[in-house]
Amino acid sequence: MILIHCPYCDETLPEAEFTYAGEAHVVRPDPSVSDETWRDFLYIRSNPKGPHAERWRHAHGCGRYFNAIRDTVSDRVLTTYKAGESKPVLPGDVK
Amino acid sequence: MVSQIDDAADAFILYDAAALAQWSSLARRSVRHGPTALTARAVMTHFSALELLKSAVTGDKHWTKQWPEAEPKEEYDVVIVGAGGHGLGAAHYLAKEHGITNVAVIDKGWLGGGNTGRNTTIIRSNYLYDESARLYDHAVDLWEGLSQDLNYNVMFSRRGVMMLAHTVHDVQSFKRHIHSNRLNGVDNRWVSKEEAKAICPPLNIRADARYPVLGAAWQGRAGTARHDAVAWGYARSASSRGVDIIQNCPVTAIRRGPDGAVSGVETAKGFIRARKVAVSAAGHTSVLMDTAGVRMPLESYPLQALVSEPVKPVFPCVVMSNTVHAYISQSDKGELVIGSGTDQYTSYSQRGGMALIEHTLAAIVEMFPQFSRMRMLRLWGGIVDVTPDRSPILGKTPVPNLYVNCGWGTGGFKATPGSAHVFAHTIATGEPHAINAPFTLERFTTGRLIDEAAAAAVAH
Ligand SMILES: Cc1cc2nc3c(=O)[nH]c(=O)nc-3n(C[C@H](O)[C@H](O)[C@H](O)COP(=O)(O)OP(=O)(O)OC[C@H]3O[C@@H](n4cnc5c(N)ncnc54)[C@H](O)[C@@H]3O)c2cc1C
Ligand SMILES: [Zn+2]
Repeated sequence: MILIHCPYCDETLPEAEFTYAGEAHVVRPDPSVSDETWRDFLYIRSNPKGPHAERWRHAHGCGRYFNAIRDTVSDRVLTTYKAGESKPVLPGDVK
Repeated sequence: MVSQIDDAADAFILYDAAALAQWSSLARRSVRHGPTALTARAVMTHFSALELLKSAVTGDKHWTKQWPEAEPKEEYDVVIVGAGGHGLGAAHYLAKEHGITNVAVIDKGWLGGGNTGRNTTIIRSNYLYDESARLYDHAVDLWEGLSQDLNYNVMFSRRGVMMLAHTVHDVQSFKRHIHSNRLNGVDNRWVSKEEAKAICPPLNIRADARYPVLGAAWQGRAGTARHDAVAWGYARSASSRGVDIIQNCPVTAIRRGPDGAVSGVETAKGFIRARKVAVSAAGHTSVLMDTAGVRMPLESYPLQALVSEPVKPVFPCVVMSNTVHAYISQSDKGELVIGSGTDQYTSYSQRGGMALIEHTLAAIVEMFPQFSRMRMLRLWGGIVDVTPDRSPILGKTPVPNLYVNCGWGTGGFKATPGSAHVFAHTIATGEPHAINAPFTLERFTTGRLIDEAAAAAVAH
């Protein structure tokens, strides 16, 4: 069970209070785009081995969505931030 | 497990002394060498009742090593990444049916140490769509003759698989599957809860259960097999036909030439040139394909299983429940083999959350109250690669001479021989077999999905 910090409640709580909602920052394109772009939006995910930006919902708390960066090798949540905020740069990030 | 067999056989290898000396000095200096070195192969014992008898009276001393250690050559016709059942199986069929033996199967760990050695070994073919019916039934057909084909007992046991219905929705969905299966000539039938209890006596069918059993779908032709034996049997057969199996050698990147076609793989033991590369790396497929510039519609999740202490035979078949989310069978050693679900988040950690195990065992005890005081012995996880439509991707890629077999998610053990067989066809001929033709990567662009989410909703 991983521990997750809800940026709204400002509390670090067990995973059981939260539901996972997939990769974060996936932007819906205009529907007139090519099939390839639409496919990327619908189905292609980065699935990295390492830090992953993802959405979580504090389902059994405030009920709100927020984003987290979690290391998919250790499963540790490195940081969390509110929905709508841009992805924070972590130490060691190349870009 | 593999090492135990190797250790036991080590003293009795039938390498001739010169080849052995050459091999060990090469290994010591870890030098890379050309195609002429190390072509010596152990003479493999053909397993038979006579051989067993002979060994019994001579003190079991002549068993040979089942496959030799191999160091990479500079170039191969085909490099297969991933020595799981699917990769080793593809090598076996490439050699046996297509005469292609200049092949290496490369694994970052030991062979069969991925999901092949971690799964709960359920084999069934009761998927919904025509495409899946052909693919999974092709596998069941091959399972039936596999031990003979490999001269290796894979312990395929047709003990039957029962999928329990606990809600009206389950009943409707399973009946739809049964009708669809029967139209495709795939064995599957509806049984009442009393019939289910007669088939599987430990099952609790009382109406006051929290999720009462309403009936079940029963595929008598389905069953289990011994997972390690599948990997070992394919490895032994492929190796005896000339395939190099290179263990403990991570592939770090797939390389492409100036023409865009595949040129080889970068590995921990250096660059290996290859005319064709076939990726069969389960949970790590998207990471590898990324290095060739191909993005995959895959996400990797942990999936766990556990076994109990061994007990006398108490459980005659396989039982799965999508609703309470658990599946169980009893191994020939006597352990109850219990499968859990995937974690909700993606991960490469190869271990899952404890909460899932608690949930799984609660479901098992609910269905089989007599197991409430069994002790659990071991628990482990694997990393499964899941596609959006829960069907595999098996075929060509946008990169010439690069092939991929992935997306089997929580349920690819059952498909091992069928998948390996049609994958070998695809690699050898450059075109998919009719059976895997629908399982393209392009289907995510065209929208022609094969949506097996209902058939595969529970991990299995
Ligand atoms: C707990 C659990 C229970 C399951 N239960 C069932 C079941 O009951 N029935 C069923 O049908 N299926 C089941 N499955 C799914 C099934 O195990 C898999 O779909 C199937 O075994 C996949 O076989 P494979 O050969 O493709 O993969 P694997 O056996 O995982 O082989 C892939 C290999 O690739 C290697 N590899 C990865 N990256 C690299 C790299 N960069 N370089 C070199 N090598 C690399 C890995 O080390 C691994 O050995 C289960 C899975 C799990 C985890
Ligand atoms: Zn909150």
